[in-house]
Amino acid sequence: MLKITNLVKRYGSGEPVLKDLDLTIEGESVTSIIGSSGAGKSTLLRCINRLVEPTSGSINLNGTELTELRGRQLRAARRKIGMVFQGFNLVDRLTVMENVQSGRLGYISTWAAITRRYPKEDIRRAFELMERVGIAHYADTRADALSGGERQRVGVVRALMQQPEILLADEPTASLDPKTSEQIMGLLRDLAGELKLPVMINIHNVTEAKQYTDRIVGMRYGRIIFDDVPDKLDQEAMDRIYSGSPAADRADEWKAAS
Amino acid sequence: MTLQELGRDDWTRFTPRQRMMRFAVFALCAAAIAWALTSIEVIWAWVWDAPIQMGDLFGRMVPPDPTNLGVILRVLWETVNIATIATALAVVIALPVAYLSAQNTTPNRATLWLGRFILVSSRSINTIIWALLFVAIFGPGIVAGIVAIMFRSIGFVGKLLGEAIEEIDKRPVEALEATGASRFKVIAYAIVPQVMPTFWAVAILRWDINLRESTVLGLVGAGGIGIILQGAIDTFNWPEAATVLLAILALVIIGEIVSVFLRRRIL
Repeated sequence: MLKITNLVKRYGSGEPVLKDLDLTIEGESVTSIIGSSGAGKSTLLRCINRLVEPTSGSINLNGTELTELRGRQLRAARRKIGMVFQGFNLVDRLTVMENVQSGRLGYISTWAAITRRYPKEDIRRAFELMERVGIAHYADTRADALSGGERQRVGVVRALMQQPEILLADEPTASLDPKTSEQIMGLLRDLAGELKLPVMINIHNVTEAKQYTDRIVGMRYGRIIFDDVPDKLDQEAMDRIYSGSPAADRADEWKAAS
Repeated sequence: MTLQELGRDDWTRFTPRQRMMRFAVFALCAAAIAWALTSIEVIWAWVWDAPIQMGDLFGRMVPPDPTNLGVILRVLWETVNIATIATALAVVIALPVAYLSAQNTTPNRATLWLGRFILVSSRSINTIIWALLFVAIFGPGIVAGIVAIMFRSIGFVGKLLGEAIEEIDKRPVEALEATGASRFKVIAYAIVPQVMPTFWAVAILRWDINLRESTVLGLVGAGGIGIILQGAIDTFNWPEAATVLLAILALVIIGEIVSVFLRRRIL
């Protein structure tokens, strides 16, 4: 269970990007987070694995308080959090297998990592997962030779190699064409069920969010203003989430404050 | 266009004031050059004499004397070895220096400045000056030459490699940090693969440069073909000097061919 309470993130001395945010993710559900650009979706996801340092508040994953970890402990906690990126973030000049195995870097010895002598069970798991998503025949191909959809599959397998307790996906389909985008969303949903894994997906495509996820969280300028099953997301809720702009919201708040 | 400008048929690129300024700057530059020319002592008779001297020297060099060719080629091989060993050592030492001098990998401010200090001090001193220094330390010979070329190369390789590290795509680095990999493993998996092409290109380029630099080391007694050239010139043995020059020319061309070949194979 992921429990976020009173999370605040402020860049520099400006307005906070996340304001006293509370969110609980339970079980093996797929949750999508929607909201216009600048609403803080990406920041929220990156606070969970501490790619972004939260300003205050608490993030608790299965009993581990993530906000206070440092060094070795932080790395140990990060191993349990998989992440899939919009730009795939693969190492282009490495093979698909090396990219996939880089999800195990937190577990294996430095020597094994450098000499590419991966443990047998890791290799077996890698082939199983690659077979599952349909990229096993690319194991020895360089990552930059693959198409967008295939590259994102490598990204997904890399995250799953970590044997994560939660999977974060930061706009995983925004760089893909509509058909590939649906395939990846379907894949994330199916894998969540198969691996009993909670998944959080930042997404701009509301249709896909409704179709592929169990719960929709709507963010507007640092706050959660909608949190329900997809069927409850009506036009009125959509308008509230997407109307205006972060800049206009900021101006409103200043007016209210003064 | 306003109405006043209708029917205008005079136009100049510069206003009179601008034209005066341009002329003044030009006059100033000419004056500076004239002053520089008059302040150095040129013995003009020797300058006008140069074509005759050149013809004379050429006459003495032809035909080149190949009697010492065996020795020359052996020493030339030694020169190649100086360049190769020095490049290999420099590349290895430049790796940690590049790591320190790249903003995105250096551990802290102090190490950044340490890295940059090493690069600048290595680069700002010419190979010949390094050679003079190391001949004093190690005595004349090949060791001084190797160390001199190595010292100059560390700055060159380290600087270019450090810049390559700063220009990498940061997204894979972020992704691997998110998997819980240690700093060292992130470097090995996300940074090293990205700078490998630059690494080989810079190493080959520097080897090519070092080949040429090592031919002059002998002039200050730091080993290599330069010693024989110096000896030939000192004893007015111009035919042999010609052979040495031709041998150096051949070496540089071969080096160029080899480095083009390597670059094509590796990259």
